[in-house]
Amino acid sequence: MRRLLTVTLTGMAAAPLAGTAMAADLSVKVELPQLAVAEYHRPYVAMWIEHTDQTPVSTLAVWYDGKKPNAEGTKWLKDLRQWWRKAGRDLTVPADGITGATKVPGEQALTFTDGKAPLGKLSAGDYQLVVETAREAGGHELVRVPFTWPPKAPATASAKGEHELGSVTVNLKP
Amino acid sequence: MKLAMKKLLPASFLAIAALLPLEAQAHRQWLLPSATVLSGSDTWVTVDAAVSNDLFYFEDFPLRLDGLQVTAPDGSQVKPENTGTGKHRSVFDLNLTQEGTYKIAVVSDGLFANYKLNGANKRWRGDAQTFAKEVPADAQDLKVTQTQNRVESFVTRGKPGTAALKPTGQGLELAPVTHPNDLLAETAASFRLLLDGKPASNVKVSILPGGKRYRDQTGEFNVTTDADGKFSVKWPAAGMYWLGAEITDAKASLKPATERRASYIATFEVMPQ
Repeated sequence: MRRLLTVTLTGMAAAPLAGTAMAADLSVKVELPQLAVAEYHRPYVAMWIEHTDQTPVSTLAVWYDGKKPNAEGTKWLKDLRQWWRKAGRDLTVPADGITGATKVPGEQALTFTDGKAPLGKLSAGDYQLVVETAREAGGHELVRVPFTWPPKAPATASAKGEHELGSVTVNLKP
Repeated sequence: MKLAMKKLLPASFLAIAALLPLEAQAHRQWLLPSATVLSGSDTWVTVDAAVSNDLFYFEDFPLRLDGLQVTAPDGSQVKPENTGTGKHRSVFDLNLTQEGTYKIAVVSDGLFANYKLNGANKRWRGDAQTFAKEVPADAQDLKVTQTQNRVESFVTRGKPGTAALKPTGQGLELAPVTHPNDLLAETAASFRLLLDGKPASNVKVSILPGGKRYRDQTGEFNVTTDADGKFSVKWPAAGMYWLGAEITDAKASLKPATERRASYIATFEVMPQ
């Protein structure tokens, strides 16, 4: 599961420098595959940024079942085991701008802006975007997409899961 | 401390356990929590307690719960619920009402005696109070050993804490360097072994992975504590592990023992990366 999957980076031809006041954008597209299983539960998903040595930087999104009575859904947050160890157990849920409901299979798109929560101000350097998923009565998978911040030109990087995750694409805009 | 050593285990096991050093003793005592890393608010774990050859299977004797002590993250004692002892195991539930780390321990401190009476070998096990009543005054070749045993496991709800992990300063104990609920496959964890609260140096620590039924080899490996009582374990894979250490010395605190045998056992859950 830790395996780094094929990563494609496509930098665009040097664009004229944008005004320095412009905040960079990081967009993520996550594909949750349609699974033909007898008992399907929507996956719990955590998305975060970490340094290349895997120390956590910031949690971007957590999708879990927050609607169950008595916050029963939180019982399964530990199954997002890497995120749980790195950041989850320090986070109080629900968390504004981070936690949300579980999603149906298909493509989900999110955009984060430099300097704004939950991305915050990322210092220049190499990072990885991590998407971890765990499904009740199902599997667990984790995909990492390396990227460099801040982007000098628009760039795309992606990786693909094998079971519980489809493509995870990171789009960077200066 | 509650003492009920005579009831602790069936006599057949006592005979084996009392005579063999830990490493030669196939029967191992253990506590097995249903989970060690938990999230959520209405959180429960169920714990099995048994004595068996292979880990972690209920195949021999239940571990008696007379000396059960559960310490909550705030240091208070927790009352176990739905306690029961069956043919092969004991069981109890714990409601983790607090955030943090709980220490579950089955602790005993008693006496074991070997002697001859009219030429016949006799064995006796009990507490200091019943010794004089039950061991005849005319016993010959009397050898009395104090046995201090501690069987532990750890569970954490939410963020791990360390308050419940404080050693008591009696017998053989483990002081974590790496948090016991923060163990990862293929990663090293460090601990300190203490004897009466002081570093227990040069003690052999045995580590065995669970799941023996589905393997040919036990998978046992050993490490030795350094001058500071420290040792490090690199977990080969995710799973449940049994860890055990034992010492013998002349520092008996219960009369009339001349020798003391102290053992420490713990069950750890190692998570996948």
